[in-house]
Amino acid sequence: MSARKPKWFLLQALNYTLFMIIVWYFSFSPPYRQLAEEKSVVTLAFGHAGERIAECKVLSQQELEKLAPNMRKPTDCPRERSPITIELQLDNQAAIKDVFQAPGFYQDQSVDVYRNVNVASGKHLLSVWMNDDINVDGHTHRLDQSVNLLPAQRLVVSFDTTTNEFSIK
Amino acid sequence: MTKTNPIKMGYRTLEAWFNLSFGPSWNPLYNLGTLTFFFFWVVLVSGLYLFIFFDTSIAGAYASVEYITHEQWYMAGVMRSLHRYASDAAVITILLHMFREFSLDRYRGFRWFSWFTGVPTLWFVITLGITGYWLVWDELALYVAILSSELADALPIMSGSMARNFLEGQLTDRFFTLMGFLHLLGQPILLVVVIWIHVKRMSHVQISAPRGLAIGSFIALLALSLVAPVQSHGPADLSKVPDVLNLDWFYLNVYPLLNYWSAEQTWMFTLGTTFVLMILPWLPPKKTGPAAEVHLDHCNGCGQCADDCPFDAINVQARTDGARWAHEVVVQPNQCAACGICVGSCHSSNPFSQKNEVLETGIDMPQYPVNELRDRTDAAISKLREDNKILVFGCENAFDISTLESANASVVEVFCVGMLPSTLVEYALAKGANGVFITGCRTGDCYFRYGNVWLDKRFEGGRKPRLRARADRRRIMVFRGAEMDGAKIKSALTEFQNTITDLNGQNSSKLTIHEYKESSDERA
Repeated sequence: MSARKPKWFLLQALNYTLFMIIVWYFSFSPPYRQLAEEKSVVTLAFGHAGERIAECKVLSQQELEKLAPNMRKPTDCPRERSPITIELQLDNQAAIKDVFQAPGFYQDQSVDVYRNVNVASGKHLLSVWMNDDINVDGHTHRLDQSVNLLPAQRLVVSFDTTTNEFSIK
Repeated sequence: MTKTNPIKMGYRTLEAWFNLSFGPSWNPLYNLGTLTFFFFWVVLVSGLYLFIFFDTSIAGAYASVEYITHEQWYMAGVMRSLHRYASDAAVITILLHMFREFSLDRYRGFRWFSWFTGVPTLWFVITLGITGYWLVWDELALYVAILSSELADALPIMSGSMARNFLEGQLTDRFFTLMGFLHLLGQPILLVVVIWIHVKRMSHVQISAPRGLAIGSFIALLALSLVAPVQSHGPADLSKVPDVLNLDWFYLNVYPLLNYWSAEQTWMFTLGTTFVLMILPWLPPKKTGPAAEVHLDHCNGCGQCADDCPFDAINVQARTDGARWAHEVVVQPNQCAACGICVGSCHSSNPFSQKNEVLETGIDMPQYPVNELRDRTDAAISKLREDNKILVFGCENAFDISTLESANASVVEVFCVGMLPSTLVEYALAKGANGVFITGCRTGDCYFRYGNVWLDKRFEGGRKPRLRARADRRRIMVFRGAEMDGAKIKSALTEFQNTITDLNGQNSSKLTIHEYKESSDERA
């Protein structure tokens, strides 16, 4: 150490400086634009269980007698739930369109919907509809609403399972 | 890998540049592992300090970080910057560490385990950094949280949508506390475990950076922290999408991919890249020579070879052959690098003993026994014709010593200079060589980790088997260099030859082979 010449320390300082410039630069730069200017994001996000595919069936006395005594429930309810078909339109153009199968071994679980779409900021007519019952043609739930999206705004479209209605935040 | 590999040459050039300013002992490229550990300590200490002031709640996290950054800028703010910059610096040293092992072909063969376990370590480091960004709970944290959740949601093991947690009104303190626990305790402990596995097949693992390098690095980090203190983005707003972000590209580089690819494609890319990196040691594989063999008839179980083995391939166990010694050594063939360092460690590898017989030692390389090494030494000396006869020993992983062959210089190649028994150097001088010139990998950069170090220590008397004090040091020169350092090595050899000529002119007294023999018998 004592034998080291001053020029070596200068070279070390130069190396440390270069290293720290690299650390500093890539720690913040180059800036990353996640969302283009004048763009907003519409997020469709909710959890919802589709309707059961089949109604509960009331078992006849004969059918009940065929079952073990401890298995004799008066109704037999199939567990499988309907897939959920959903479409979100902006100005009558489909922005999100998807079908979600109920998860689980018996396809009896709640569906988790999470989709993003980048849209131009400004006024739009937002329409969202869902079919959660395979036995019904067309939609079972629908919302049409005018929205004014600000730049960089995230508009969340969700479905309230207590009121069974779409909502926009 | 050939010696003209441009990647290797490029790396060697960079290494030489750092040798110029730092010297071999402080050269950061020779200390990438310990330097990473040093940055880890800085991260740990600064992180513990930050935790004192950090509020692990959604409402309080950002405000507490703002307090750290602005109110207590002189201490906590500096600690925050140190925490961030040391983490970033660690990624650079880790990547350089990987590149070094790759470019110098030190990732295949017996080294497969370290490489194979080292690649996933990067995942643990990166995810540790990611959860750290999460805790700040600014716009960047929100971006990281949402995209990390989208990535997690794409995994088949996940049920439900984690990303929905980060929408207005969904997030709870419990989730935030979980992230705090992961970042502060869970992930660091996991990281320590995987690093332990990573170095499992190595002995004498260094985790402390050279003091000078550590001090210099800390001063540099501190200076950067004062000149460019780390700032947060605006507070996380779940109703907004942060449009422009100052990403930390060392940790968050994968997220922009999600703008172009689905989460599933991003997983395939990152996992695929990891997989390919992990199997690189077999693309193509590198054959390691036969493992060292123990000859119990010549082993007294001293354990020096076990202590010297750089790859923890030799164990000491209770004697099994009924000999009077308490211990014996046993080689783990699958861990043996076939470097021959153990041969140089063994006291029985003494060319003066069993002079007229086959030289047998306690531990030997079947493909290059010490007896053959002695024979080659004898043959090389007998070829020398000039007055200043120089015997050159060199390792096969550095400069090609065959180019040094001349009328007054004969060469003997070894697997590693650590394979050279100290007594063989004395033997060469006693058998007629006027000087012994030893070259091998650059100082601080032994292909087999400790060959250079042990050789120096044996010669300096700090490690057994020592080069005895009576050996004429003026007639021994150690000069190291890589493949590209031929000119320097040749120049050093010429200088050494001149020294030897001068010494010969002084009629320097030399020990006879008989005197060496007596001395070695005494020691034995």
